[in-house]
Amino acid sequence: MAATATGIHHRSYTSELRLRATRAEYLRLGLMTVLLLVLPFVLDNFWLSQANLILIAVIGAVGLNILVGYTGQISLGQGGFLAVGAYSSAILSDRIGLPTPLAIIAAVLLTAAVGTFFGLPGLRLKGLYLAIATLASQMIIEFVIRRWDWLTLDQGYLNVERLNLFGFQIGGRQVFEQQWYWVLLLLAGLTVLTARNLFRTGLGRSFMAVRDQDIAAEAIGVNIPRAKLTAFAVSSGFVGLAGALTAHYSEVVSWEKFTLDVSILYLAMIIVGGLGSIAGAVYGAIFMTLLPELIRQLSLGLGDTLPFLADQLPAVRNAVFGLVIILFLILEPRGLDRIWQRIKDYFRFWPFRY
Amino acid sequence: MSTFINQLAYGLADGSILALAALGFVLIYKATGVINFAQGEFLLVGAYMFYTAFVVMDLPLVVAVLFGVVVATLIGVLVERLILRPMVGENPISIIMVTIGLSSLLKALVQAFYGTSPKSQPNLLPRGSVDILGASVPINRLAAILIAAVVLTAFTVFFRKSRHGIAMRAVADDQQAAMTMGISVRRIFALAWALAAVSALIAGVLVGDISAVDNNIAAFGLLVFPVVILGGLDSVPGTIIGGLTIGLLKQFTAGYLDPGLATVIPYIVLVLILLVRPYGIFGETRIERV
Repeated sequence: MAATATGIHHRSYTSELRLRATRAEYLRLGLMTVLLLVLPFVLDNFWLSQANLILIAVIGAVGLNILVGYTGQISLGQGGFLAVGAYSSAILSDRIGLPTPLAIIAAVLLTAAVGTFFGLPGLRLKGLYLAIATLASQMIIEFVIRRWDWLTLDQGYLNVERLNLFGFQIGGRQVFEQQWYWVLLLLAGLTVLTARNLFRTGLGRSFMAVRDQDIAAEAIGVNIPRAKLTAFAVSSGFVGLAGALTAHYSEVVSWEKFTLDVSILYLAMIIVGGLGSIAGAVYGAIFMTLLPELIRQLSLGLGDTLPFLADQLPAVRNAVFGLVIILFLILEPRGLDRIWQRIKDYFRFWPFRY
Repeated sequence: MSTFINQLAYGLADGSILALAALGFVLIYKATGVINFAQGEFLLVGAYMFYTAFVVMDLPLVVAVLFGVVVATLIGVLVERLILRPMVGENPISIIMVTIGLSSLLKALVQAFYGTSPKSQPNLLPRGSVDILGASVPINRLAAILIAAVVLTAFTVFFRKSRHGIAMRAVADDQQAAMTMGISVRRIFALAWALAAVSALIAGVLVGDISAVDNNIAAFGLLVFPVVILGGLDSVPGTIIGGLTIGLLKQFTAGYLDPGLATVIPYIVLVLILLVRPYGIFGETRIERV
């Protein structure tokens, strides 16, 4: 139970089942909670909107990591699944008139269904073949939402009304970001908690068994097709939630927000954060959402000395994006999560090196 | 009838260029086991390198072609050395992602140096049209088919007859056995990337000449996936059959049904093939054991 120099010794099953065991872990959790609660009062509207985007990205990245990092099923169809969530929630709430929470739940279920359908090729394929199959699903979903005029009423985009939760209306510009922050923080927190716990259940373990050695997993009685399809369903459910929240938060849905680039961005998040780590998905979502803004600030700051940077901002941003993916994969394939672990280890073992 | 002949020529021209692009993809996959998502960007970079040599630096055509080939080879070898070699032994997801990162990087570099507006270059292929069975078919399409056919034949002969080609096939077949026979697997890997870059260069220049040199070339490159899945990921003849089939299918859909549908039809075919025959027409079926 207590952390000693030689590790953590559990003396009862309940202590072993805890998510957090040591005092340092509780301390960090407490600090983080305080930080998250104080954040909306110290940030201005712009940075608060970045925080909101991060929270949405966290939900999407955790969802994708369940599929890619934990089950080993690579998916390039993230953008398409986000679109399914966004469009269905927007249409159900605004055009059909369903209460927004119900519409969001329906969108989650619908996205899970669509995700399971496009996961079907995964029953026969894996690795690179599956990557190509999901690339196709991205292209097909993108095509459908672009061409199906009924979805957007011939406008090419869809306006979404301001979020209304159980009679509580999100306010105007002054309080908009702050109120959204609480909603999103709650949902992102629940997502992280659900995902953390998922991998302590038999279902979650079967996902990891499929990833690590599918044939061996089958030999010990894991139902592979069921595990794979459930992974697709659970993962796209979370992604659908992220999509629905994108729609209600940005109050406009258009297909440009859900292209292949978005799929790649989300893959980049979980790679940079750490494949197969919930905390990693969170770190990755923070890093990749803030990266464009940091580059923008940097190139504005360097605008006088290096005008090239400021002139070519979009290109520089994409180049850095590509470079970050490559460097992380070569230098630290297990991502920010592993780096953080190493930092913690360093302090824990100090003054020894190991 | 005349429309049909026209569609046929356009489809075959697109298809043969696709086959060239897919050839590079298959070369890399066969020799090194890497799925290269940056193949489209190789086309893009190739087209811009040639544009730089031919239009910006105003070199004569032959020198410009040579310049393009040298740069393409260099890029291919560098990519293999700097990015893929450290990744040997990683899981497929990481290797796919590293090439996706590479594609993002290459596209951004091209954009930074050349901007996003299309560039026009003087015509390489003869313009005008010939009359075939009452249809007027542009000569440049026919020339593209011819060039692609010559290049594909040259590559096929290279694999069958030359020392390096045979070494490449040996490495593709069994790396360890090839190594014990004294073949340098590293050099073959580099060769595969260099050849892939060169075939992409030729494909890129042809696309650039038929339409324009701009960022859309990379999107054209994404079509290699339907092609290689149809033909089989590790089959050189498969790229030709796959390329021509996808090219024709796309053209006929655009001509007879709906131009919008033509952009997505290759991917629908891709999913259907994966469901029915995942290893394509000529692909090697992999049997897995623990």
